[in-house]
Amino acid sequence: MMRLEKRPQPSGYWTALTPILAVVLTMLVGGVMFWALGKPPVEAIRTIFWDPLFHPQFAAYSRPQLLVKAGPLILIAIGLSIGFRAGIWNIGAEGQYIMGAVTGAAVGLAFYPSESVLLFPLMVIAGALGGWAWAMIPAVLKTRFGTNEILVSLMLVYVAENILASASANWLRSPEGMGFPGSRNFKQWPAVFNDELIANTGMHWGVVTAFIAVIAAYVMMARHIAGFNVRLTGEAPRAARFSGVSPARIVFLCLGLSGVLAGMAGLFEVTGPAGQISIDFGSGYGFTAIIVAFLGRLNPFGILAAGLLMALTYIGGELAQLMLGLPGASIQLFQGMLLFFLLATDVFTNYRVRLVRREVA
Amino acid sequence: MDPVLLVASIMVSATPILLAALGEMVVEKSGVLNLGVEGMMITGAVMGFAIAVSSGSPLLGFAGAAVSGAVLSLAFGFLTQYLLSNQVATGLGLTLVGLGLSALIGSNYEGQRAPALGKLDIPLLGDLPVLGRMLFSHDIMVYVSLALVAAVWAFLKFTRAGLILRAVGEDHASAHALGYKVVRVRLAAIAFGGACAGMGGAYVSLVRVPQWTEGMTAGAGWIALAIVVFASWRALGVLIGAYLFGGVTVIQLNLQAAGTTVPVELLSMSPYLITIIVLVIISARGAQGAPASLGRSFHASS
Repeated sequence: MMRLEKRPQPSGYWTALTPILAVVLTMLVGGVMFWALGKPPVEAIRTIFWDPLFHPQFAAYSRPQLLVKAGPLILIAIGLSIGFRAGIWNIGAEGQYIMGAVTGAAVGLAFYPSESVLLFPLMVIAGALGGWAWAMIPAVLKTRFGTNEILVSLMLVYVAENILASASANWLRSPEGMGFPGSRNFKQWPAVFNDELIANTGMHWGVVTAFIAVIAAYVMMARHIAGFNVRLTGEAPRAARFSGVSPARIVFLCLGLSGVLAGMAGLFEVTGPAGQISIDFGSGYGFTAIIVAFLGRLNPFGILAAGLLMALTYIGGELAQLMLGLPGASIQLFQGMLLFFLLATDVFTNYRVRLVRREVA
Repeated sequence: MDPVLLVASIMVSATPILLAALGEMVVEKSGVLNLGVEGMMITGAVMGFAIAVSSGSPLLGFAGAAVSGAVLSLAFGFLTQYLLSNQVATGLGLTLVGLGLSALIGSNYEGQRAPALGKLDIPLLGDLPVLGRMLFSHDIMVYVSLALVAAVWAFLKFTRAGLILRAVGEDHASAHALGYKVVRVRLAAIAFGGACAGMGGAYVSLVRVPQWTEGMTAGAGWIALAIVVFASWRALGVLIGAYLFGGVTVIQLNLQAAGTTVPVELLSMSPYLITIIVLVIISARGAQGAPASLGRSFHASS
């Protein structure tokens, strides 16, 4: 029979291998799923993972989309990963993302039609603050009253969605929109339009910020005392307390950072690819980023790769919807399966599998 | 607003959360934190709906929903109990899988109507002047959920199996040392929780709405998790929590329909805000009754 033996330390080899194994398993099971839906499995997998990058006809359009979609995912996932390392489960990034977008957009629209170069940076700061403030609610409640941050941050997503609906229908509605919901379009306002910095790459300010965040997170987690304290809190909370690390400060740091990053992601999205505050603005990036954070092994560079891969499944999913008539929801399932297989194969990282003969008691 | 109708609609609106929260309470009593309630509910909602529509029998739909919730929860059980994965992460994964799966299955069923689950008029009691219409003329699932509350309460309090389940949740190492099969007890609890969540979801799609729309449980699974905390892990507390929450939902919906001056968005967000406030009040008092091994992985070697 098989027995699991705990490794003294997580295996570095398996840490790197499990995401790849999970992707392969997802492709296999996903192929079976597509086959069951009556779609050609190999073609479906190829459409999702290969065609967005190399299809002679569509690649020119879909390649830039890769960075557009990966930017917010990476930015949010970096923030989440720091919290997850410390055992702080912020799963309401979607709400922080929405609130960042709403606050940032509101500040910007207050100055309409200013053409000042300072306006866009101001909006970015407002967006970051909006996300930060939304994340501070679970942080304060957790440190002050010991309330579970998982449930509070998640409940706040639904609250944020209602605020978004109200903003889009009432107080941020475009006065020139003829009564239709939705704010002014930022794409028609050059001073704040978060356009591509280099044409046809998809590279906008949000993507640049995401890359900076990856490097900053790496430096913080690997080289800075704050990162060490975060990891210590996650791995040995008692040891952390004895060495003088304040649990409350770690909670504020982790939730604050992820709120800031998610809020900025929302602002870059609303001023760029989305273009306006509208009811369907929240696109689930905040939830998908959880998968990205785990798939990237909570490691900044891993998250960079995982964010690009997840962006690929988004674009490939849209392409498969278009070309093969694959239901849009199958991609959501696909992404969920990826996380499931990753968690399943992770057993090899922490445990050694030994084949032993059943002992006679 | 007719108070008879009000109470009756509160009972209907509370039933899905009551079922899901009751199941989750048993799971947590065994020391497992399954955050996938939302995923199991929505899967139960779509499976129950699909089965009820194709078979024409709502009861068969509920049975199918219970089975599909249990099957999905056993995937979580396999990962957390045998592969020792992190329970928080796996539960989130379960929710994401459930949302995707349900949207995929449900795309063929949008816009259809479910066969109605008949009212069960209880003889004599149902004929009482006011109370009869208020409490005793509901569909069968309302009574099933209430019976389950009593059953779970009695099971945990009076039976040997219930005692073992609680022991496993309080201290899995000691329970293991006494010879109880920790993993099997937990898997059974997880499957029960999945079945309850599935039925709760099916109640949303078959009775409350009654049709299928994507993401229709809208956080009910998460609220069920909050209610378990509110209830301090007691069956009666779950009942009270679910009915209070059902009351809030019904009142805010009625206010929306009545067209008060309060903005619609504020009313729609009120159930979530109230859940947060309740959580804060409960945790400020200090969470009593949380099983000591809640959320910790069990491995016999350690």
